[in-house]
Amino acid sequence: MPFIPHTHADKASMLETLGIASIEDLFDEIPERIQCADLSDIPDGVSEMAMLRHMADRARQDESGTCFLGAGCYDHFIPAAVWDIASRGEFLTAYTPYQAEASQGTLQLVYEFQTMLASLTAMEVANASVYDGASALAEAILMAIRINRKSKSKRVLIPASLNPSYIATVQSIVTHQGIKLDLMPTLDGLTPISDIDFENAAAVVLQHPNFFGLLEDADSLTTNAHDADALVIGVVNPMTLAILKPPGDWGDTGADIVCGDGQPLGIPMASGGPSFGFLCTRMAQVRQLPGRIAGRTQDKNGNDGFVLTLQAREQHIRRAKATSNICTNQGLLVTAATIYMTLLGPQGLHDVASACVHNTHWLVDRLTELPNVSMRFAAPYFHECVLDFGEPTEALQQRMLNNGILPGYPLTGLIDNGSQAMLVCATETRTNQDIERYRQVLADG
Amino acid sequence: MPDFPSDLRYALTHEWVRVNGKRATVGISDYAQTQLGDVVYVELPEIGTPVECEGEVAVVESVKAASDIYAPVTGKIVDTNNDLENAPETVNADPYGEGWFFVIDMSDEELPEDLLTAEAYSAHCQDEDDE
Repeated sequence: MPFIPHTHADKASMLETLGIASIEDLFDEIPERIQCADLSDIPDGVSEMAMLRHMADRARQDESGTCFLGAGCYDHFIPAAVWDIASRGEFLTAYTPYQAEASQGTLQLVYEFQTMLASLTAMEVANASVYDGASALAEAILMAIRINRKSKSKRVLIPASLNPSYIATVQSIVTHQGIKLDLMPTLDGLTPISDIDFENAAAVVLQHPNFFGLLEDADSLTTNAHDADALVIGVVNPMTLAILKPPGDWGDTGADIVCGDGQPLGIPMASGGPSFGFLCTRMAQVRQLPGRIAGRTQDKNGNDGFVLTLQAREQHIRRAKATSNICTNQGLLVTAATIYMTLLGPQGLHDVASACVHNTHWLVDRLTELPNVSMRFAAPYFHECVLDFGEPTEALQQRMLNNGILPGYPLTGLIDNGSQAMLVCATETRTNQDIERYRQVLADG
Repeated sequence: MPDFPSDLRYALTHEWVRVNGKRATVGISDYAQTQLGDVVYVELPEIGTPVECEGEVAVVESVKAASDIYAPVTGKIVDTNNDLENAPETVNADPYGEGWFFVIDMSDEELPEDLLTAEAYSAHCQDEDDE
C-alpha cells in the first residue's frame, strides 16, 4: 500500500460502502451536548515552502532579547552534549516504542528517568511522563479523586497562587468530569493555610514555590489537609528541589501526589513548548497512576532487563475504564532531561538552582534601588519575584524589547492592580552585565 | 477440566455465589481464574457499599488482563477478603475457598433466576471455549 493520502475518489468509494453521506456522519454518535467546538477554524494545509517560511518567522521571535521571563518556562543553560546524545538515532523517537521490550535501551532510560524524579521529589514511584506540567496536574486531580473515593467527594481545592495556565488547563479537563474546583484565595501572594475550609475536600493542590515565586507553608498545608482526610497534590519545579525540601517530606507524611513541568531540565524554551510533565506518587497508589511505567526485572536466564509494567491500568487493556486516556509520553524530551540530570548530577543541579536564586535576588536588589520600582510581596521568594514598576507594563515592555531585553511576565488581570507589575526571573544564564543593563535601560526611561 | 462445585450458583460473567441465609459469599470460578492466568491484584469494595445485581463491584487484575467483577445479587457489602491484598495468588490456588472476594447481605432472599446451576454453567464455559 502506498503511503499517500486518500484521494477524493477513495473517500467517495468508502463513504458509499458505509452508506453514509459525509465523514461528519461518522461522529453522529457523539452527543451534541459534549461537542464544544467545531473544526472550521483549523486552516487548510499549506505548501512545504510556505510552512518553512512561517516557522522561520516564528523562530526569529524567539531570538529577540536577553530573557528575564519565567512564569513556568525558564532560560537555563543546556550543555551541547544533551541534545547531541538525545538526537542519536537510537534515542530519536517521540514515544516509548510499540514493541517496547525490544527496545531495552529506551526502557532503561525511562526507568532511570523515573528513578531520578522519584529521588528528587522524595516519592516512591514516577511514571514515564505526560504532555506537560498543566496536564500532569489535571491527571493528578483525577487520580486523587479515584484514590480518595471513600470520601465520596469530588471537591478539589486549588490555590489562586497556582500558575494561571495550569488553572485554565485543569478547568478544561476536569470540570466536565463532575469535579468541583474551589479556588483558595491568596493573601499577600500566599495561600493563608489556617483559613482553608477542608470540609468535604477530596484533595488540595499547592504550588511551591508558587506562581509568584513565593515559598508557601507546604508543611502546615500538608499536615492540615491530612488531618481532614484530604490528599495533597504538590506542584513543583524540579530544579528547585535541589535546594528546597522535597514534597515527599512535606508536613506529617508528605504529599500524596507530586507533579510538575520538566522544561527546566534541559528542554529549550522554544516559544513555550513542547515540554513534558512528570507525575509521582506512593507505591500504595501506583495502580491509580496514569501513563507508562518502566520496571526492572529479570529474564528467564536471570539477566537484568526492563519492561513496561502495570499495564492493566492502561487504555490498551482496560479500555474505557483505564486510569487515563493518556497512553503515551514525551519520550524524546525525557531522554534529554535524563541526560541533562546525568551530566549535572546532584551537585550540578544544586549549583544551577543556587545561581538562579542568587541572580534573581541580585536583580531584585538592583532594580528596587530605583525610585519607582518596588517588590509587591514581602514573603521569601525563590528564583522569581513580582515587581511593581510604577508605570504601565505595556509601554515599558516595548521600550525594553527595543533594547533587546525581555523584561518579565506581565501580570495584568492576574493580581490586583497588575497592570504595572511583572514577574521577573534571572536564571544562571544571566550575568551581572545583563542585570546592570536591565537596570540602566529601565533607569534611562 | 475446571471444577464446578454443585452447591454453588454461577453468573454468566463467571462469578460464583454461596448462600447462607441472607449472606451471599462471592468469588470467581475456577474457569475464570484459569482464563485470567496469574492474578496479581484484586481491588475490593468498601464495606457498607450498596450493590445492584450486575453492577460493577470489584476488579481483578492478572498478568495479562484486568476484569470487572459484577455483583450476582442485590444488597450491601458486609465483608471483604482483605487477605487478597497481600496474597492475590490465592484466587488461582483456591478459587472456591480462601480465594473468595466479598460477602453481600442480600436485600432479597430469593436468588435471581438467571444464576446458573453448576451443570448449566459448565455448558456455558464449554460454549465459550468452543468459540
